[in-house]
Amino acid sequence: MKLENAAQFTMPQLLKQRADLHPKAVALRLKKFGIWQETTWGTYFERVKYFALGLYALGLRRDDKLAVIADNIPEWLYAELGVQSLGAISVGVYQSSVPSEMAYLLEYTDCKIIVAENQEQVDKLLEIREQIPMVEFVIYHDPRGMRPYQGDPWFLTFEAVLEKGKNFERENKTLFDDLLAMGRPDDVCHFSSTSGTTGKPKAVMLMHKNYIAMAVGLSSIDPLEFGDDYISFLPLAWIGEQMMSVGMALVTGCVVNFPEEIETAMSDLREIGPRVMFSPPRVWEGIQSDIWVKIEETYPLNRFIYKKLLAWGLEAADYRLQSKIMPSSVKFKAWLSENFLFRQIKDQRGFLRLRRAYTGGAALGPDVFRFYHAMGINLKQIYGQTEIIGIAYVHRDGDVRFDTVGKPIPGTELKIAESGEILSKSEAVCKGYYKRPEDTAALLKDGWLHSGDAGYLTDEGHLVVIDRVSDVMHTKAGELFSPQFLENKLKFSPYIKEAVCYGDQQDYVAAFVNIDAATVGNWAETRGLAYTTYMDLSSKPEVIALIKLEVENVNANLPENQRIRRFVCLYKMLDADDEELTRTGKVRRGLVQERYAKLVEALYSNVSSTRVQAEFKYQDGQVARVETDVPVVTLETETKVLAGAL
Amino acid sequence: MSELLVNNVTLTFGGLNALTDVSLRVPDSGITSIIGPNGAGKTSLLNCISGFYQPTKGEITFGGKRVSGTSPHHETKLGIARAFQNLELFRGLSVVENLMLARHLNFNYNILEAAFHYGKAQHQESENRAFVEEIIDFMELEEHRKHSVGTLSYGVQKRVEVARALTLAPKLLLLDEPMAGMNVSEKEDMVRFVLDIVQERHISVVLIEHDLGVVMDISDTVYVLDFGILIAGGEPLEVAAHPKVIEAYVGVEAA
Repeated sequence: MKLENAAQFTMPQLLKQRADLHPKAVALRLKKFGIWQETTWGTYFERVKYFALGLYALGLRRDDKLAVIADNIPEWLYAELGVQSLGAISVGVYQSSVPSEMAYLLEYTDCKIIVAENQEQVDKLLEIREQIPMVEFVIYHDPRGMRPYQGDPWFLTFEAVLEKGKNFERENKTLFDDLLAMGRPDDVCHFSSTSGTTGKPKAVMLMHKNYIAMAVGLSSIDPLEFGDDYISFLPLAWIGEQMMSVGMALVTGCVVNFPEEIETAMSDLREIGPRVMFSPPRVWEGIQSDIWVKIEETYPLNRFIYKKLLAWGLEAADYRLQSKIMPSSVKFKAWLSENFLFRQIKDQRGFLRLRRAYTGGAALGPDVFRFYHAMGINLKQIYGQTEIIGIAYVHRDGDVRFDTVGKPIPGTELKIAESGEILSKSEAVCKGYYKRPEDTAALLKDGWLHSGDAGYLTDEGHLVVIDRVSDVMHTKAGELFSPQFLENKLKFSPYIKEAVCYGDQQDYVAAFVNIDAATVGNWAETRGLAYTTYMDLSSKPEVIALIKLEVENVNANLPENQRIRRFVCLYKMLDADDEELTRTGKVRRGLVQERYAKLVEALYSNVSSTRVQAEFKYQDGQVARVETDVPVVTLETETKVLAGAL
Repeated sequence: MSELLVNNVTLTFGGLNALTDVSLRVPDSGITSIIGPNGAGKTSLLNCISGFYQPTKGEITFGGKRVSGTSPHHETKLGIARAFQNLELFRGLSVVENLMLARHLNFNYNILEAAFHYGKAQHQESENRAFVEEIIDFMELEEHRKHSVGTLSYGVQKRVEVARALTLAPKLLLLDEPMAGMNVSEKEDMVRFVLDIVQERHISVVLIEHDLGVVMDISDTVYVLDFGILIAGGEPLEVAAHPKVIEAYVGVEAA
């Protein structure tokens, strides 16, 4: 059942329509006492209504704020939509926040009431009670361990608020409907905090129409049927969970399932067999390595079959990921691996009914991507910011590339700025940051959402995100590239441990490569290649040929102007003890460039090898000097610039 | 009123006095701890209370009824349950199965009904399963519900052991070193559980524990045994300052 003209309504109004349309259909499921307990759309709406009226009776009015600190439970949604029915604003707080973070966010957003799940959260609030005098009430859901706080008027149970709402309705029969009707699609309804990697977190002001525009856009390309299952196990304070459990659920009518505990999410997932999933890369990586560990522990025959069939599956996945037509032999092998291996694995994990799965929030390694596509899972990349309800770009079915983030969803306009910054415009773009007018002005300059990310479009029209704008470089010809993006691509190779890319104001991109002593050493041993030290190994012609192949592989998936033209294999590992890396393992670009100036110079000349004096500092402070020849490798990149130069 | 009274209990093994003339009172609420050095007779006393041993002299009553001289399963009916120091679980069965087994007192259907899962069998199985699920929720064992006990970590097994005792719906719970061999965070969790058992489920607890910090923190009453003799009893602070207790734990200063 699809709702017509969803964009004209607020989210609680959509909920009311759903409740009127199919009151007996299941809207939410929560596993409790080992059984999936169902909530219908009718009950969902009723709870929201009573909770809203209870809050009204407690004094919550339009534009007031209420924070929710809870795991994934239906009460999160009752609270959020209840608050929004009054025209007030819900604020998502991560349940793992420490008290000082909570104090900051609660104070900054002027929260009047807090919904806290249990004693754990209540104890944190008690710790900061003095700092949050504007908080009038704390509503808790789980009464366990709350006995000592009985009699403290600061605390109320969730049930008590519902009861209050029920009584309130008896005296004010039409109040709720009146308040609900007052809502407008461009009212601010929810605050979602940005991650805060740069400074204090900012609260993003989201409007009803943002959620709805996003959900209408996404479901027009990735339709969900009414009653399709979705499983919600990531924090609801995170925008990804908001977009699915709130926006998509209200617009498409899919069922939101809450696991018993966060720890049981993976086994509950199997019981539900969801139609759609959305998780950050770490979840996908976790599931993959879990499967891998189980395979490693099984009998040799099983392992052999698994590896064989997986290789066949990967072969087919590579055709699919490039939208190429499969030869019939590959098709047959893919059919075999699907029926004799992958269906069983998918059944074990609960992926059998999956229509599609999304990953977002960070980059997912190509190997993990290929693995899921080999299994026949339609895993797609999502790209977007909290400021645009988490998603503005997604792969289309049958047009998935592991190095892009797909195309704009319908209703989204895309522009790449002069600086390379990705700009978006749509109805899903937020109103700005709460109490941060300067940041808001910068964010929404000229009516475009400034993502702060640099990117480019491929010939197929896919968006590729390369880096933060502040970290990108330009070649002499003015072509933009991100050293970090290239370095990460290089480091995906098992033989490359570390890489440093150059090219700022140069004719082309060039790189230092640190081979991985363990894997390359192993590779050399199996080929009977003798070597003594790291320096020796790194200058072996065979090793250099190996690395050259790896770099060529990387180049193959890059636009011409970003391809690595020349590289050297460094004769020593970059090391934090030599200050070449930070303690967290990030390359100190400037220092490395200075220390290896002669090599950089060689990269940007046409010599095929250069003699350098290598300096080694031992732990006891002694310094040894060795002269060595470092080969400089040139690759065929067929760039237009080069062709012109030649 | 279901308070436990131990009156002048003496337990001898041949010529060895494991307990000598011990008297104490466990009220029907709160936590009563029994501490003492190794071999002081703590577990012997617990064995007397739970009916494994019969005291040589003296008697034990629970809620006015005599429990010394009866069998352990009789005591279970009276409302005394025990979690063992060395886990006494069926390692090959799952957590749910272990807990359902502990409810066997509540089953009285016949073999025919069981075979067809019909009538009383169906009714009682689901009723008891609901109770077991409530305990699983209380002890936060959802994640391990279907796992066989032998594959679980020691800390989790301890939690299952306590859950098994709770499944008997006791009025008095005997805990024999529930925190032994646990790391700090597991201990903290277990303390939380013990407090919740007392406050939320209104079960009185007799706790034997070596971690004095924990004992002094959470007990309402502490009794100290040394070589089978009760040397002190009272509120934690009072007991901690008792000269005989200090002597038993720290030794006497050489004169």
